[in-house]
Amino acid sequence: MTARVKIDDLCAWFGDQQVLYDISTSIKDRAVTAIIGPSGCGKSTFIRCLNRMHETIPNAHRTGQVLIDNADIYDHTVDPVTIRQRIGMVFQKPNPFPRMSIYDNVVAGFRLNGTARRVNLDQIVEESLRQAALWEQVKDRLKEPGASLSGGQQQRLCIARALAIKPEVLLMDEPCSALDPAATHRIEDLIHKLKKNYAIVVVTHNMQQAARISGDTGFFLDGTLVEFGRTKGIFTNPKDKRTEDYITGRFG
Amino acid sequence: MNANLSAGQSSTRKVKDRLFQALCIGAIIFSLGALAGLLLDVVISGLPSLSWHFFTNFASRFPEKAGIKAAIYGTLWMMSLTASFCIPIGIATAIYLEEYAGDSRLARIIKLNIANLAGVPSIVYGFLGLAIFVRMLQFDRSVLSGALTMALLVMPIVIVSAQEAIRAVPLSLREGSYALGATRWQTTRRVVLPAAVSGIATGVILALSRAIGETAPLIMIGALTFIAFVPDGPMAPFTALPIQIFNWISRPQAGFHDIAAAAVLVLLLFIFIMNAAASILRHRYDRRWQD
Repeated sequence: MTARVKIDDLCAWFGDQQVLYDISTSIKDRAVTAIIGPSGCGKSTFIRCLNRMHETIPNAHRTGQVLIDNADIYDHTVDPVTIRQRIGMVFQKPNPFPRMSIYDNVVAGFRLNGTARRVNLDQIVEESLRQAALWEQVKDRLKEPGASLSGGQQQRLCIARALAIKPEVLLMDEPCSALDPAATHRIEDLIHKLKKNYAIVVVTHNMQQAARISGDTGFFLDGTLVEFGRTKGIFTNPKDKRTEDYITGRFG
Repeated sequence: MNANLSAGQSSTRKVKDRLFQALCIGAIIFSLGALAGLLLDVVISGLPSLSWHFFTNFASRFPEKAGIKAAIYGTLWMMSLTASFCIPIGIATAIYLEEYAGDSRLARIIKLNIANLAGVPSIVYGFLGLAIFVRMLQFDRSVLSGALTMALLVMPIVIVSAQEAIRAVPLSLREGSYALGATRWQTTRRVVLPAAVSGIATGVILALSRAIGETAPLIMIGALTFIAFVPDGPMAPFTALPIQIFNWISRPQAGFHDIAAAAVLVLLLFIFIMNAAASILRHRYDRRWQD
């Protein structure tokens, strides 16, 4: 399997406070990489650096490189807006646009940047909703508001919205932490199917979830990447004492 | 012993609780009662004078012939010009302060001062209007001068309420938009503004309903009180409802006092309609938000 995203000496700050220290690793294509670690360890900041969302927060900045297909997304010639179209993101809390219908939510990426007229919206809506395993449940009520769906359905709607603009990488920031176990199960199934086509990075608080869905796992602690490797290895034979303490539940 | 003690405590607490409740209800009765008395007085003296002629006649030396046609047209002219100045500038300022200015020192100073401007007495704006619009720019005592002065007066209200509405839009929606590759302006226009529109509209209407009743700045800039024609453009001299009321009240004849009360009723009706529109708007969008 080939590396899709390479991260080199990534450091990140909020104002004067450094939250990531010299992170170097790589993310495989067509696979799921899980990011685990206790609250405040820099997991979210890490994935938000991968699609240049980190810099949307006032006073936030970073150093180091993030390469996608060997091109640095932080190169000064690169427009962050195009990067975010290539690298989709799903957030912790489902955030469908409340003023938009289910249909409009899925094609929001096109509507927002004014390219809706250049594409076949109907086809994109059906494709994306099918990919997100939501089509059968909503195909007869596409005009209803996106916020009328249940929490789990809203999260799949957000996944459909991210998939609609055909990203190459999908970042998920604790996508199940606001959902009940049944909805979580459905999202995990979905991640399993999606990894056939995308490089997926999932931040999770839930170690069982990391073990279930991912091929690779990275363990973050206090802004450093303590250990990174095959998920099986991390969970059965961790090399670092801190990793072992965390996954056996001694802290965090 | 213990049981008695706690029972005693709880009964004094109950008394205090009731006392406070009575105090609050008393405050409500006092303020609403005063308001109701005032309204009743205006209705009793004004209602008999309300007739069709009252709306179609111009001002006159005889109270029974006098009407508010010029005042109503003047007020409508002024309000539509005020709205067309203060809505775009106010909303654009709010967007800049909330979405673009960030947290710089300059932005903080501007925000603080806008909040302070909302508390400046209206007569000060009248002075400003007189000095700048009437004299310096030589707009004279025109509808335009009045509207620009009013726009300045209510601008802080528009800006502050639009800022609040924009700030109330959850960060998660903005992030969702950025993550789809939308620019800041696309996010503002297609996600933030639609989500904030009811709050902004409510603020605008409340600001305009303040402007429609303001008298002091218009007296300062010298809006005329006796006008026997309808303004034919932004540069025309004009009168407005509150000015007309002020003028009639200051006359010695009792007949003018009654038609002043009638004009107050008309002004109150305008304000009531605007406030009702604001609360309907807010209610309608609040319900949509929950869907």
